[in-house]
Amino acid sequence: MFYRTSGQFKTTYESDQALFPIKQDMVLLVVILAAMYVIFPMFASEFTYKALLVPVLIYSLASLGLNILTGYAGQLSLGTAGFMGVGAYACYKITTIFPEMNIIVALFLSGFFSAAVGVAFGLPSLRIKGFYLAIATLASQFFLVWLFEKWAWLYNYNASGAIEVRTMDIFGLVVTGPNASPMVQYYFVLGIVSVVTFAMINLTRGRYGRTWKAVRDMDIAAELVGINLMRAKLSAFAVSSYIVGIAGALMVFFWKGAAEPNLFDIPMSFQIVFIAIIGGLGSVMGNFLGAILIVALPVVLNLLPEMLGLSIGSATMEHVNVMVVGSLIIMFLIVEPHGLARFWALIREKLIIWPFPH
Amino acid sequence: MTVMDPTLEEVKKRAEEREVLLDLENVSLSFGGVKAITNISFNIKKGEIRAIIGPNGAGKTSMLNVINGFYQPQEGVITFNGEKRRSMKPHLAVSQGIARTFQNVALFKGMSTLDNIMAGRATRMKQNLFWQMLYWGPAQREEIEHRKKVEEIIDFLEIQHIRRTPVGTLPYGLQKRVELARALAMEPELLLLDEPMAGMNLEEKEDMSRFILDVNDQLGTTIALIEHDMGVVMDLSDRVVVLDYGRKIADGVPEEVQSNPEVIDAYLGVSH
Repeated sequence: MFYRTSGQFKTTYESDQALFPIKQDMVLLVVILAAMYVIFPMFASEFTYKALLVPVLIYSLASLGLNILTGYAGQLSLGTAGFMGVGAYACYKITTIFPEMNIIVALFLSGFFSAAVGVAFGLPSLRIKGFYLAIATLASQFFLVWLFEKWAWLYNYNASGAIEVRTMDIFGLVVTGPNASPMVQYYFVLGIVSVVTFAMINLTRGRYGRTWKAVRDMDIAAELVGINLMRAKLSAFAVSSYIVGIAGALMVFFWKGAAEPNLFDIPMSFQIVFIAIIGGLGSVMGNFLGAILIVALPVVLNLLPEMLGLSIGSATMEHVNVMVVGSLIIMFLIVEPHGLARFWALIREKLIIWPFPH
Repeated sequence: MTVMDPTLEEVKKRAEEREVLLDLENVSLSFGGVKAITNISFNIKKGEIRAIIGPNGAGKTSMLNVINGFYQPQEGVITFNGEKRRSMKPHLAVSQGIARTFQNVALFKGMSTLDNIMAGRATRMKQNLFWQMLYWGPAQREEIEHRKKVEEIIDFLEIQHIRRTPVGTLPYGLQKRVELARALAMEPELLLLDEPMAGMNLEEKEDMSRFILDVNDQLGTTIALIEHDMGVVMDLSDRVVVLDYGRKIADGVPEEVQSNPEVIDAYLGVSH
């Protein structure tokens, strides 16, 4: 009734291939964007920014990067956190070597470093597939974290072995460091995530997306329709690692403010893999849904007893939290193994024909 | 006036007159000690439908794999469109104008029919990453231009109604048709069809036969065809080559091949 698509005829391929061929999708997107850009900042406290909004955005971005590689191109990777680290350390080094450089430029430049590292560690994908490739990327994970610890030049010979973000500004507006306002940082992250997401939606529905999906679905057939497998796989590694690298840099510069090498260890890789799988492999929107479930839900659950006036010890709450989130993950995977994005797609299909069953 | 079937002489003469598109000379292929193809020579002429038949394991699919570069033969020369080669990368065969379909459907299951066919045009699309990310300007124009071509093929093969359906959910006969569409999207000069009618019912076979004839007739595509249904082979093809145990045992117009004693032996089985 509200999602009726009848009567929306397309007379040109241009309008048929538009980003939102159906009007209601467009309206929905505008509502979501308005919420993100206008409504949330009106009510959000510093805690909401730091614990909910910014982390969800950054994890969504990292998961989007992984999804390009695993969901679209079908190359399993367990080295996401390592590549995030490359982005973060590259951004750190760039901003120390060129202190005058605009942070936006530094951010997008640091992506190229993680892309290069990603391509290098993606080379095994030309010979091995599936779980074996996952193990190969796991090696990159261990190697990179080791490198962040041992190569003192990377953290400017800092005695603590950690990188600390100094105060930087864009045209007088402080965006990083301890003095930056969380709202400014939120808008900055939101802007970058919006731009990258828009670019990736376009990329995945065009030639690159089809090439990657073809390699994922049947690589032999892909080769025989004229797709260069090497180029397809390595471009997926490059684009994926680029985004993941930016996510890593954002995480350190606009959220944590400082990072030790073990931040980029395996648990974070796994967390991002979970977000991608639960959100839905091969979907852009799924990453955001997955990140909300995995990153934001535990925070909200922690606050819940307090809001309801119950006195539960924080340790107990921690256990309850793990149990609730864990069972939710299992439930969602049983109900819809293809992830939350498919869940939404099914709901949307039902809405289109509602109130009729067929 | 009734239309007479052409006589044997007329058919042979017509085949003689055609120009050679693909020529295989003494091609041999082995996997370790197993000889898949032994010293085979034959040619495919422009505009004809050429059938490759033979009992199971005769080396027919290997033959197609050699033609489109998926297998590298140890011996022999392959001349396509005047260009000599022994081995090449499969994705380069496509840009030379060789497309194929597979014995067991090899579609991209997670993609829609439209995307599958568009994927067939991957090599023809050139716009770079930057424009692709904007989906605007040259990238959008390119996308629309190729969409038009793809829609022509969709019309041609009468699959408009399944345009947006993920191919994994389609019935078998339609999947085969989508695969043909994807091969046609490559605008091949030579189309290799590996058992296009395997596992189909009579009606689907008739449809597929009609499409093969239409492709050959209206688009002028040369077709090499592997098929086990002898009725189909004899009706469709201009010339037939028969393989058995990796060797060529007969080559000629269907009438000749049908009456060749060696072919009959190969199919009915005699002691080797």
